[in-house]
Amino acid sequence: MNILVCISKAPDTTSKIAFTDQNTRFDTNGIQFIVNPYDEWYALVRGIELKEQNGGSVTIIAVDEADSDPVIRKAIAIGADKAVRIDARPTDPSFVAQQIAAYAADKNFDMILCGKETINYNGGVVGGMIAEHLDLPYISLATNLDMEGSKAVITREVKGGSEVLEVDGPFVLSASKGLAEQRIPNMRGIMAARTKPLDVVSAAEAADATTVRSYELPPEKGDCKMVDPEHPEELVRLLHEEAKVI
Amino acid sequence: MSILIFAELKEGKATKAALEAASYASKAAADLGGEVIAVTAGHIEGDAGLGAYGVTRVFNASDANTSDSGQLSKAVVAAAQESGASIIVMAHDHAGKLVASRVSVKLNAGIVAGAIALPTNTEGFIVKKSVFSGKAMAHVEIKTAHKVITITPNSFGLHTNDKGTAEVTALSADLGQSKVTVREFKPTSTDGSIPLPEADLVISAGRGMKGPENWGMIEELASEFGAATACSRPVSDIGWRPHHEHVGQTGIAIRPNLYIAIGISGAIQHLAGVNGSKVIVVVNKDPEAPFFKAADYGIVGDAFDVVPKLTEAVKRFNAG
Repeated sequence: MNILVCISKAPDTTSKIAFTDQNTRFDTNGIQFIVNPYDEWYALVRGIELKEQNGGSVTIIAVDEADSDPVIRKAIAIGADKAVRIDARPTDPSFVAQQIAAYAADKNFDMILCGKETINYNGGVVGGMIAEHLDLPYISLATNLDMEGSKAVITREVKGGSEVLEVDGPFVLSASKGLAEQRIPNMRGIMAARTKPLDVVSAAEAADATTVRSYELPPEKGDCKMVDPEHPEELVRLLHEEAKVI
Repeated sequence: MSILIFAELKEGKATKAALEAASYASKAAADLGGEVIAVTAGHIEGDAGLGAYGVTRVFNASDANTSDSGQLSKAVVAAAQESGASIIVMAHDHAGKLVASRVSVKLNAGIVAGAIALPTNTEGFIVKKSVFSGKAMAHVEIKTAHKVITITPNSFGLHTNDKGTAEVTALSADLGQSKVTVREFKPTSTDGSIPLPEADLVISAGRGMKGPENWGMIEELASEFGAATACSRPVSDIGWRPHHEHVGQTGIAIRPNLYIAIGISGAIQHLAGVNGSKVIVVVNKDPEAPFFKAADYGIVGDAFDVVPKLTEAVKRFNAG
């Protein structure tokens, strides 16, 4: 089973977010980068589990510049066989998807797994775009993935519940919480990751369809109005008369 | 510029998130000049309620497999071509997340997924979206002729404009063979309960509740408020509550009118998922809990003491 897992680096979840250059650039000063949690905890780990059950290989792919290599090595340490980095700054989802689709087009992957979104851009569209470029089925927000022979049986989140689907042949999926349990890489994995291949591939010709013009931070909250715990009816009154939300 | 919305149907009617997309598109179309057309899939009742939100025409693909992103995106693109719409709008919900990305590739369109405001078109076509999981916002320019926007539920609200009824026609398009087969649907919630991302009021609880057996009082409070229930990450990780209730940076981000957090300290990852809420109430026995800094109203007290009293107060309020 030949599995491709798309990953991206993201600021650690505890990061305080700030911007520079008149709010046009994310301030990476003091930021620790991690593998985007949805890519690592769910997509990558499920890919590795399926390889362990059925044989085959797991390839990690990232579109980013050389400074992301330590993050990619961390992902390899969880148990992937190799990694590929498309050497380009990922500034637009259409661009990133075209890069990954161009790489995957002639490799006959049985499945391409992505996280449901990154925690820094929160778009969640790269997986579906790859599927469209490669004319493959796309299943979003998957919480379970099992193989029954050549068929994949996938549970995905839908409004008001979940849905169990069958797909025959290669597919692309976006991973949501529940697809796998987070794995902590062991020392053997970390050592092995140092010598596993991390190929750097030049980017295919593609244009950005969007540009971030500027960022802003949410407005600061005013003072919190305290209510006496013995008189919660005062809270109900404030919510009704002052905040007007009930 | 006419705008096409993709509207998800449930039992023949447009979902709340789809009506919000219609409201958003109507306002944008009024600003940009053009009409609002909708494309729907599956069984439709009347105009699915879309006319009242400014939609003039509906193309319905009755035979489409609503779980197949390939067929749905073909239907959306066929309707875009039929109507000449160059802007495609849909909800940033389960349905939109399945379909929007494929539509954007088919139309060679730039996409802003998770918009929280109307586009501005003075210095380029710019849409504001939430980034860094709610910790910041970005102003994103779409540079292509066709544009796809998915809007975050509850970020725009519902605005009817009494345009009346939309004209419904069958979409004539070859959607191809479906590549996915649905085995079963498993509802996660009982009938009538509110999907979390669309809920106006949300009651959320954390580790301060000490165990899953104590959630009865949270559900009772939620039921008095007519609110959906949610929880913090530790609570869903240890299995006290289902994953789909987890709000925060690695769970879901929500923007209700009222978010009441009970026994949640307010870690930065949790705040990221809820700071789009209009009003935040925090109940915590620790007066130093960081959540109070992000709250509009606070009660310092033991949840086991405060919650039943609050429930009684809401009951009296509801009784008028």
